Amino acid sequence: MTDVLVVAELAEGAARKTTLSAITFARQVTEATDGAFDVLVIGEGAEDAAESLTGYGARTLLTADVEGGYTAEAYAPTVAEVAKENEYGVLVACASTYGKDLMPRVAAKIGAGVASDISAVAVEDGTLHYTRPMYAGNVFGTMTVTTDVQVVTVRQTEFDAATESGGSSDTEEVDVADATEAAGRIEFVSIETVKSERPELTEADVVVSGGRSLKSAENFENVLEPLVDALGAAMGASRAAVDAGYVPNDLQIGQTGKVVAPKLYVAVGISGAIQHLAGMKGSKTIVAINKDKEAPIAQVADYFLVADLFDAVPALTDAVKSAG
Amino acid sequence: MKILVPVKRVADPDNANKVKVSDDGSRVTSDGLEWKMNPFDEWSLEAALRLTEDAGAKKRVGEVVLVSIGPKDEVQTIRQGLAMGDERGILVEAEDDDLDSHVVAQVLEAIAKKEEPDVVFLGKQSADGDSNVAGTKLADFLDWPLVNYAMHIATDDEGKTFTVKRELDVGQQTLKVTAPCVFTASDRILQPQAIKNGVTADDFAYPESDGGRYASLKGIMQAKKKPVEETTLEGLGVTPTRVNAYGSFTLPAARTGSTVFLETVEELVEKLQTEAKVL
Repeated sequence: MTDVLVVAELAEGAARKTTLSAITFARQVTEATDGAFDVLVIGEGAEDAAESLTGYGARTLLTADVEGGYTAEAYAPTVAEVAKENEYGVLVACASTYGKDLMPRVAAKIGAGVASDISAVAVEDGTLHYTRPMYAGNVFGTMTVTTDVQVVTVRQTEFDAATESGGSSDTEEVDVADATEAAGRIEFVSIETVKSERPELTEADVVVSGGRSLKSAENFENVLEPLVDALGAAMGASRAAVDAGYVPNDLQIGQTGKVVAPKLYVAVGISGAIQHLAGMKGSKTIVAINKDKEAPIAQVADYFLVADLFDAVPALTDAVKSAG
Repeated sequence: MKILVPVKRVADPDNANKVKVSDDGSRVTSDGLEWKMNPFDEWSLEAALRLTEDAGAKKRVGEVVLVSIGPKDEVQTIRQGLAMGDERGILVEAEDDDLDSHVVAQVLEAIAKKEEPDVVFLGKQSADGDSNVAGTKLADFLDWPLVNYAMHIATDDEGKTFTVKRELDVGQQTLKVTAPCVFTASDRILQPQAIKNGVTADDFAYPESDGGRYASLKGIMQAKKKPVEETTLEGLGVTPTRVNAYGSFTLPAARTGSTVFLETVEELVEKLQTEAKVL
């Protein structure tokens, strides 16, 4: 029997959808081992945020109202205390920038090993075997964690968001643990979040990404965005386009940046460095639009339109509009 | 300002798709691939150099100490960093098979306690393991604050305090940190004006770059004379406790089908509608 603690991720007082991927992991493990899972909702407005998570089959929703903006230094002691007071076999969060920042810190506090950014879990004779992408997704390693308590972060694209299973979970407020010295030496100043009417990159069915060949922020807006919107897609970008300042960092797809696996991925003017492929080659159908037939994106593209993007993208936009 | 920068080598990350798995699946083999400094470490190293120099006067004003943990060959990774301008190196000899993120964090903790740097500046992950764990564990072992994925770092008191911006999935966060502290870098740390150290003129801009600086011939010659201290886990008093055990490795399934090259938008739309059925 393995009990699991899911650490919810909040943004502006509400649970992010990443939390539902961690719940999917928790269901897989607890169903296979006859265990139960709790969800720890930590942050400002935790109690309100917990309400949205009540129908997912958790035994208890634990809430900890830590004041002030998020820092791992402020949150980790409380997560570690909750872990110590209960007999969880696994603590899990999504492998977002939040989960990857917080969970190893929690692991260090309780002497646990970490299985980071896993793509699958299998239970054999009560032992959890984790599969995770390595070498920018060019190798998959299967590993175990040898400590009594194990800390896991899950790749969002590989663990579909849990759907509600009905019922309602008990709620319990937990104590906020004392801060350690580290927390006294880091101060949250501000957070700037990017607002978009478009679907979230990691959740979208269609992603349209642009590379440096778009040449400017204006071209992203005037050439690429109409196609993005005609397809009801999320917009992504290569590292080169973000580095050049054409689009903000949260759009970057790749080994660094986000990993996406939509039904349709359209790579516009992206050559396809290995680091970019790492973030999108799990997509179902991949379309490349590029002048250079030899571009490495061809390694993963199903359809490769050999054309100047400045002609092809507006034409494709019109075609999509008239087809829809 | 004194900065400790851990560096390691990885199989050429630009050819990571050529990495193989042994027939019995027990090992990853990178035969035929060159060793390169982990690119994420290289960015941290470059950022550390920028924090500790007067870029206008091309003068070093602080100290960067490189540390590498691994087989004796790792000294080459250290020499490469020393050629870029770092002051000295520490090689902790260990077998790769004895290391995981936890052990690396244990070793770095011991070195940080001995060296007492203002900052430990790590790559956020290694391009082979892609774990993203060692830096964060290290920070907690030391009970130091950490900024993961730093994209902009400013100090006006020689590294006693920093204002740091870091990248998030949902945007950016700004934090104030008091040294000693730990940083990991995001891609954006190499932007021309991402580092403000209070010494280099505020309007100074580094050239656009997606990696660390090139070593000059003079730098390469000087690197040969710079001190590299050699030690071991035992020498540091570290009892390694591995917590991760890899059982097997596999290569990802190849994408099915071959690439269909098309000349016109009409052909593409037709394929997407009737073949892929995504429009």
